[in-house]
Amino acid sequence: MTDTLILTPQQIIRKKAAGEPIQPDDSEMIQSHTIVVLVENSIGAFIRVINMFSARGFNIDSVTVGVTEDPTVSRMNIVTTGNSRIISQVLRQLSRLVDTIEVIDLTDTDYVERELCLLKVCYNRDSRSEILDVNEIFRGKVVDITSRTMTFELRGPSKKIEAFIDMMASHKILEVARSGRVAMQRDS
Amino acid sequence: MTYDEHTKVHPVTTGDSLPEVRPEITSTSQVMSGAEILLRSLEAEGVKIMFGHPGGAVIKVYDEMHRINPEFQHILVRHEQGGTHAAEGYAKATGKVGTVLVTSGPGATNTVTGIADAYMDSVPIVVFTGQVPTGLIGNDAFQECDAVGITRSITKHSYLVRDIKDLARTVKEAYHIARTGRPGPVLVDLPKDVLLAEAPFQYPETVNMRGYAVPEAVRPEKLQRAARMIAESKRPLLYVGGGAVSSDASDSLTELARYTGIPVTTTLHGLGAFPEEDPLSLRMLGMHGTWWANQAVQHCDLIIAVGARFDDRVTGKLDSWAPHAKVIHIEIDQSCISKNVFADCAILGNVKTVLERLRPLLDPKDTTEWLQQIDVWRQECPLQYQKDDKLRAQGVIEKLRDKTGGDAVVITDVGQHQMWSAQYFRFLYSRTHITSGGLGTMGFGMPAAMGAAFGMREIGSSRPVVCISGDGGFVMNAQEMSVAAAHKLPIKLAVINNRFLGMVRQWQELFHMERYSHTDLSDTNPDFVKLAEAHHCVGLRANTPEEARQIIDEAWEVTDRPVLMEFSVAKEEMVFPMVPAGAATGEMITDRMTPNSFV
Repeated sequence: MTDTLILTPQQIIRKKAAGEPIQPDDSEMIQSHTIVVLVENSIGAFIRVINMFSARGFNIDSVTVGVTEDPTVSRMNIVTTGNSRIISQVLRQLSRLVDTIEVIDLTDTDYVERELCLLKVCYNRDSRSEILDVNEIFRGKVVDITSRTMTFELRGPSKKIEAFIDMMASHKILEVARSGRVAMQRDS
Repeated sequence: MTYDEHTKVHPVTTGDSLPEVRPEITSTSQVMSGAEILLRSLEAEGVKIMFGHPGGAVIKVYDEMHRINPEFQHILVRHEQGGTHAAEGYAKATGKVGTVLVTSGPGATNTVTGIADAYMDSVPIVVFTGQVPTGLIGNDAFQECDAVGITRSITKHSYLVRDIKDLARTVKEAYHIARTGRPGPVLVDLPKDVLLAEAPFQYPETVNMRGYAVPEAVRPEKLQRAARMIAESKRPLLYVGGGAVSSDASDSLTELARYTGIPVTTTLHGLGAFPEEDPLSLRMLGMHGTWWANQAVQHCDLIIAVGARFDDRVTGKLDSWAPHAKVIHIEIDQSCISKNVFADCAILGNVKTVLERLRPLLDPKDTTEWLQQIDVWRQECPLQYQKDDKLRAQGVIEKLRDKTGGDAVVITDVGQHQMWSAQYFRFLYSRTHITSGGLGTMGFGMPAAMGAAFGMREIGSSRPVVCISGDGGFVMNAQEMSVAAAHKLPIKLAVINNRFLGMVRQWQELFHMERYSHTDLSDTNPDFVKLAEAHHCVGLRANTPEEARQIIDEAWEVTDRPVLMEFSVAKEEMVFPMVPAGAATGEMITDRMTPNSFV
């Protein structure tokens, strides 16, 4: 996160003229957003959404897609970063696509998020127990083991996955496969 | 999610492997080929004219056209790009959706420029492209290209019809999407086997798209807020864009402006939405707008943006544009709101509806002082050019204005002549100014004028169609002249010939130390009079103001074919005033002598 100031030029000039302080507030910070997009269940709709991000220069940090309870609808979970102005543009551009049925920004709501990670790491006699200890702490599962490597499965919020990968980084990580974030609003 | 759309190899569908048809439909409708379903759907959609070019993938459609003789006219264009621009010209002149039919591969790729142009300028067109049979898609078949993929980011929506069952519904949806909301181009890709297959035809009466909604209800609290902001403002300004034209809001806008006394400036695409001879009109703003309109922007305390998108050619350097203004933004496309300039009050909805609902909430304002200030700016730096015995582009445009009295549909190409037309023609009526603004497509003018002329003929209008073009752009789609001649369209084609790519030359002179790199066209220009004659049109040439007047009179006598008038003008002429790209709107160059502090 950075503290980039993103007031529009007109706002800055007006604030200056009115003698108001020009300070970035929380809404003007670059922030990670989790957006759920319900689209028609077709490859065309999926590509159109992704294409919009690249054509308009928005970021995608992760994207997952899968069919929902309604087989004609796909749910895309998109993680993107930007200040509030960029995010509101992202949401408007998404809503404007013909194939999008609903667009929800979960960021400021109460929601659960999960990600799945598979991680393959080299071990030897010295590191074996330390690696298993870390896994124990993160409550991962060993899904494959050879004389040289171990593969772990870990589920949880993206932050937990990142912390796990960080902890394993002191050993020789061979491969990391992450599913990308899925998220859902809690019922109040 | 079905991932098979582009990868799975499908068997070529034939008539007998068709999916089962529901009996109630079969009992009420006749079985016909996909090609005929397409034509019947277009008839049902009320299409009157289609611009197209045949080829292998759409040969069945042309065959059925020959057989059933549909209720609409097909115009054979000589290049698919010309077809798309003609459809744009038709759509902009009439307010209806333009239709294009081309074949696969190069037919489809040739439409790309026109589609991108229509996307940038929100023009409703539907482009039908042929496609190789579904079973060959992805196999690099002859004349195959991924038309949907290529045009994805330049269409409002696009379809690949994989099943004849979906064809009629797709046509219905395509026209609905193109026409409603913020209009735009829709592409429908039609594999050959779908056109050859047979099925019963029934045209749906309604569309049912859960993801597509056009904003209809205007929020009353937003209207009240806007009315309050207008009441509180001392120096308000209406900034009107193409949305006011495409929603036919000209009358509502004119009434609102005159009732409240708020001055009006328009963008390039807004020209004609408000009569430019009205004392409240400040003419065009932006890069080549008037000094007084841009000064008004810099000093106003309220901007009421009406169907406009704060394009960079309007605002210049954003951080010093309209520094004192609050912004009301009336707009149908939510993605335009607060995109470039923050809107203090955004009203989402059809421009015409919003203006009609806003008007009763407003009172007449005393803007005398504000208008007097604007008049001072108006005197300070009027639009002017050197008037001597030389033929100048601005003079040509004024002569065309005098000839028509402003009652003409003017289509321009892209470049200096486009800006001079915007500055000197003084547009009076909505839909009488058609140009390529967003994409800036050279070669737009001639075919768009042809489309507009077909539109005028269809609605029975006697308004003359005048195409103003430069020598550079005209050549890019000159081939359509013979099509216009074949259909006896009395288009007046004014070619302002300065033997240069004038606008690029102007930038080279002003910003690139007069290094005229590859902008001199004198060696490669055709003989325009002979070019016209070769295309069965009349060709005329003028070198002096007097000759110009004569050939204009002569041209207006010709009523059975296009007339090309070549006006040979000086190459040194430049478009002023000008805000250099990226400069602040306050820093206009008003003539050649202005110090170039921005270089």
